[in-house]
Amino acid sequence: MGGIPHDHYDPKTRGEKWLDGRLPIVGLLYTTVMAPTPKNLNWMWIWGIVLTFTLAMQIATGVVLVMHYTPHVDMAFSSVEHIMRNVNGGHMIRYFHMNGASLFFVAVYAHMFRGLYYGSYKAPREVTWIIGMLIFILMMATGFLGYVLPWGQMSFHGTAVITGLFGAIPLVGETLQTWLLGAGAVGQPALNRFFSLHYLLPFLIAGLVIVHIWAFHTTGNNNPTGVEVRRGSKDEADKDTLPFWPYFVIKDLFALAVILAIFVAIVGFMPNFLGHPDNYIEANALATPAHIVPEWYFLPFYAILRAFDNTVWVVIFAEWISFGIIDAKFFGVLAMFGAIVVMALVPWLDTSSVRSGRYRPMFKWWFGVLVVDFVVLMWAGAMPAEGIYPIIALIGATYWFAYFLVILPLLGVIEKPMTPPATIEDDFNAHYAPKDDDTQPIVSPAE
Amino acid sequence: MFRKLTLTAAVAFGLASGSAYAAGSETHIEDFDFSFEGPFGAYDTNQLQRGLQVYTEICSACHGLKFVSFRNLHDEGGPALPEDQMRAYAEFYQVFDETLFDGEGDFRTATPADHFPESGLSNAPDLSLMAKARAGFHGPYGSGINQFFKGMGGPEYIATLLSAYEEEPQCAQDMETPMDGYYNTAFAPGGYPDECKGDHGEHLYPGSWIGMSPPLYGDDVEFADGHSTELEHISQDVAAFLMWTAEPKMMARKQAGLTGVIFLTVLSVLLYLTNKRLWAPHKGGATRKD
Repeated sequence: MGGIPHDHYDPKTRGEKWLDGRLPIVGLLYTTVMAPTPKNLNWMWIWGIVLTFTLAMQIATGVVLVMHYTPHVDMAFSSVEHIMRNVNGGHMIRYFHMNGASLFFVAVYAHMFRGLYYGSYKAPREVTWIIGMLIFILMMATGFLGYVLPWGQMSFHGTAVITGLFGAIPLVGETLQTWLLGAGAVGQPALNRFFSLHYLLPFLIAGLVIVHIWAFHTTGNNNPTGVEVRRGSKDEADKDTLPFWPYFVIKDLFALAVILAIFVAIVGFMPNFLGHPDNYIEANALATPAHIVPEWYFLPFYAILRAFDNTVWVVIFAEWISFGIIDAKFFGVLAMFGAIVVMALVPWLDTSSVRSGRYRPMFKWWFGVLVVDFVVLMWAGAMPAEGIYPIIALIGATYWFAYFLVILPLLGVIEKPMTPPATIEDDFNAHYAPKDDDTQPIVSPAE
Repeated sequence: MFRKLTLTAAVAFGLASGSAYAAGSETHIEDFDFSFEGPFGAYDTNQLQRGLQVYTEICSACHGLKFVSFRNLHDEGGPALPEDQMRAYAEFYQVFDETLFDGEGDFRTATPADHFPESGLSNAPDLSLMAKARAGFHGPYGSGINQFFKGMGGPEYIATLLSAYEEEPQCAQDMETPMDGYYNTAFAPGGYPDECKGDHGEHLYPGSWIGMSPPLYGDDVEFADGHSTELEHISQDVAAFLMWTAEPKMMARKQAGLTGVIFLTVLSVLLYLTNKRLWAPHKGGATRKD
């Protein structure tokens, strides 16, 4: 779309012309659904559909859950049990919603690492990337807010820990924390406002998703080669692309069906596997769980938060140079948010002239280590902060920052990239040979 | 046959007195084969009814089941008591009704719509959700393997705990003031004496001291059908019953899951074939070079 030459909607009937003259919505949908899409997209380009579906599913199940949920400290826990026991199909709706959060993050991490490998963040797609990062941050906020609502032990004490992070900010921290919670501690005001925001943020996400799609439809999709679609003429563009409908819709729906089959198996057969058992104990301010562990999707960043204790030299140095304003706790908070900020800045940190990691021999290895690093951090975040684990987390956190701040800028200078194919058509034909004249296809297209 | 498994019990617990979490506190949880494990597993109605009897005659003296209604005992996929038995069972209980006696409240005979009473003792936790609250076997090393492949969960923990009371180790017997509570090899978050710790603070014996006296010894109940009342068997019966109180819709959930997986698998195959056919002319059809 955008700069890629393509067909336009042509209203034919009188009714269509009438509407198009007043609100060109059909044309907008046509252009969106028929968007010319690089035909060499691989299976890592399916996560967008999975994410869109999951957002819709979470909103739909969430709206139903709200009909039966009571945001009151004395009733929240039992209202969830009411949903699980007495509401028709309530146990399935609740388990879908609960595990839907996990599906959301599986998909978003796959989507983000896809972008990081194929250089989807690079010019001219920086705005798409930044909006994506905003969506990611809102997703994390929504996930956190939602986890508070069942009012279990981990809900309660997790909230205390995470809002306590804001309390670590020098000077304004405690005021900010009180403002966020609506009180000095986690209680009724916090539950009410978290409930309100948990309902609000998904709609902000939906709005940003539309902007995200608008942005990458303006630049066109990236693709595994990182080579742009030819835009000289419609004939040229047609050789590199196929319309989104039906080619990519059907492909994406197939992938979605496979992923949902796995998802439904988890919901049906082991819905609590990814959750923490302590959340089946009603919140009790007087009994703190031995290990406060966030949900799995926060663990890599939680590990980074905990990695920087007051035995690490950079922390000691930061505390000394800031006259004690940046203590270990605040440093950890900065590191956790910094880990996301460096990711958001990657369009300007990656100096390579080649977009796709496929043609970057050295980058491939560093990127592979980053993926492993992410998994290791996730695991370290779940382990108690004692023994070997903080050291593993520290090494992992260091690599995370080094990748974005040192390795990516340097690689662009020292690496000698391979030459990508000249066109998307060449790449596609290298994988799927063009038809020979004397061989008939076994199947003919369904027209 | 039970596979003995060593689990880091620290992960399995929420409520705790911190000191028990020093390195080395490990407990043994036995991996029982419950009938409801796996995608096709189902509750054993007879076992749930036996478990209900154990709960009623022993556990209910101290522990409540406040999230469970009496009418649920009649539910399919649960203990499935005949309706008249369920009604008779409810009448066995007196519940407090705050609408009676001009708003001052009074006790009355329970109806099927009422819930089981709450715990009678302040330090006896409610058992409704215990089988899910004690399912933290994300081991070994947080990999989730025990839960994923072995179906380990709260019922394993409950059944093990009930039969894991043992004589105190010698180090505790030698203490001048004896430990509060009872030594249990499956219980991790309780008190633990310094006398039984090694040089580095590690626990020399598994488990810790629990406040609950041994609730079951074997032959505590008598089953109408003559089923075994050995400690191991009645522990499993009540553990299975508590799994049902925690997850009463498990049967319906697995049925829905199976239907969903079959439906989506068929849909996947159809979409795969559609996709293949759709793309064939653009991928050179039958002449694809691999």
